[in-house]
Amino acid sequence: MPVSSLAPPASAPPAGAPAGLNAAALRADERREHWQLLGLSGPALALVLVTMVLPIGWLFGLSFLADDGSLSLMHYRRMVEQPSYARIFGATFQVSLLTTGLCILLGYPLAYVLSQLPRRAATLCLIAVMLPFWTSLLVRTYAWLVLLQRRGLINTWGIELGWWDEPLPLVHNMAGTLIGMVHIMLPFLVLPVLNSMRSIDLECMKAAANLGASPTRAFWTVFLPLSLPGLFAGALLVFVICLGFYVTPAVLGGGKIIMVSNQIANDIELFFNWGAASSLGVVLLVSTMVLLWLASRLTRLERLLGASR
Amino acid sequence: MRPEAPGTPVPVPANAPAPAPLRWLNRPASATQITHRARLWLYVLAGAVLAFLLIPTLIVIPMSFSASQYLEFPPKKWSLRWYEHYFSSATWMSATATSLKAAALTSLLATPIGTLAAYGLSASRLRVARVLQVLLITPMIVPVILIAVGVFYVYVKVKLNNSLMGLVLAHTMLAVPIVMIVVASALKSFDMNQEMVARSLGASRPRAFLTVTLPQIRFAVVSAAVLSFLTSFDEVILALFVSGGANSTLTRQMFLALRDQIDPTIAVISTIMIFVTTLMFVLVQVFGRADSQAQQGAR
Repeated sequence: MPVSSLAPPASAPPAGAPAGLNAAALRADERREHWQLLGLSGPALALVLVTMVLPIGWLFGLSFLADDGSLSLMHYRRMVEQPSYARIFGATFQVSLLTTGLCILLGYPLAYVLSQLPRRAATLCLIAVMLPFWTSLLVRTYAWLVLLQRRGLINTWGIELGWWDEPLPLVHNMAGTLIGMVHIMLPFLVLPVLNSMRSIDLECMKAAANLGASPTRAFWTVFLPLSLPGLFAGALLVFVICLGFYVTPAVLGGGKIIMVSNQIANDIELFFNWGAASSLGVVLLVSTMVLLWLASRLTRLERLLGASR
Repeated sequence: MRPEAPGTPVPVPANAPAPAPLRWLNRPASATQITHRARLWLYVLAGAVLAFLLIPTLIVIPMSFSASQYLEFPPKKWSLRWYEHYFSSATWMSATATSLKAAALTSLLATPIGTLAAYGLSASRLRVARVLQVLLITPMIVPVILIAVGVFYVYVKVKLNNSLMGLVLAHTMLAVPIVMIVVASALKSFDMNQEMVARSLGASRPRAFLTVTLPQIRFAVVSAAVLSFLTSFDEVILALFVSGGANSTLTRQMFLALRDQIDPTIAVISTIMIFVTTLMFVLVQVFGRADSQAQQGAR
């Protein structure tokens, strides 16, 4: 293009050279177009503002109001002073941590096997992981209730086969809650871990074997460290989602496992105590956000959430 | 140590003599030459975890066909009694209708809203766009109980409580981030220059989008629509707080019934929900495969 040597294209003037006549107009035009594109997200933005930011902002305000309407920290002070709150936070933390641990123990080996299967077989197994994922959380919780109850399938079979004599207390307690939550959260761990495992260069494993490492040693010193970022991100995601669980502890915990979300619902439904519910909600939200911010330092959040459905 | 004569191909090292069908056990399984036999336990564990994921949900299906008053597996006598009960119950039927209406409306609203946002934000190079992207995805992250309680509070003030519209608005807000993520990832692999070509040939931006871009990301848009339908249909917590009365959803009624007794009717509803979900899953997969093949053929 001989013309360009005479008059450089206005859209990209070389640094220092005098810009073309239209440069300013073009740049303004471009800026206007980008703002217009931004405007396309207007409806979504309005929706999020009205149905999320505004209500939560309101709750945030409520949490700092005393019962007589004056500004106070009484709800937060109560949280520190009353031992019942320590129990709720303790239970939430315990359930989330145990669920995350069990998900790692069960999910990592599964992801490892999936990452080494031939593509077709791996896809088939992945469907087995994804299908329960698509199934309603309530349906899955109900299924576990049916299986685990006193006269449920597992107890009936266990007694018939002579494995135990008395029905085991499998539900309406910690055990039932954990089983249900691990079942729901496993795919959230398997998918990010599998993603990170697939990006590991297996030549490293060959090199380790060549240098005399046993398969076990090669796994522990080469493969595991390389898969740790994915594992850590997945585990953090699982932990954070667990913190906000409501349905599974309510149904499978049978009122004995009270996590923060259950307490918030109780505060509203039973005691109409908005201040207490809001302050708990603020604590839950802040801890969730801090942990997710940490996770986003390690991996791209979008990818993590995108893999989850 | 090897007994073979030099020059013959070295066979797979055999720790133990194995009959022919089991010989694969002694073959190397990975880059480190570990044999399948040495990590048989790993396969068993993985298989057990897969079974743990799949089987519990499926066990509800035969139970729904039981003739008994109680849940049995396997049922001693089969019948459709509980299906009759479900289809003749006014409460369950109205709840099902509400859920289907809410899910369809949510899908109809969330898909265009989310697609527009994903398109606009991915095409805009302003820094604000990145901030907005994060803000619009936060409904996926914020604990739903908090949204539910807050929305309940606001809806009571503006008298949207127990209304279908209020429920649909809240569900749409939950579904938009899912639509955005699905569509944005499809846009990432789409070459925007194609749209520029269409525009340089005189098409307006909306027309270029509708005739050039949209046909190429249609699979993502369809999956997003299906996902937002399911998001609303399966949602429990917002439905518990915001829906009610004549507009109670199926999940709300199920949850309330679960706390009181384990009615076999719920096994029926679960079976229907599993069926619908699986059907949608398969449709999306089949459509996706046909779509990607068509695209590969076109290239």
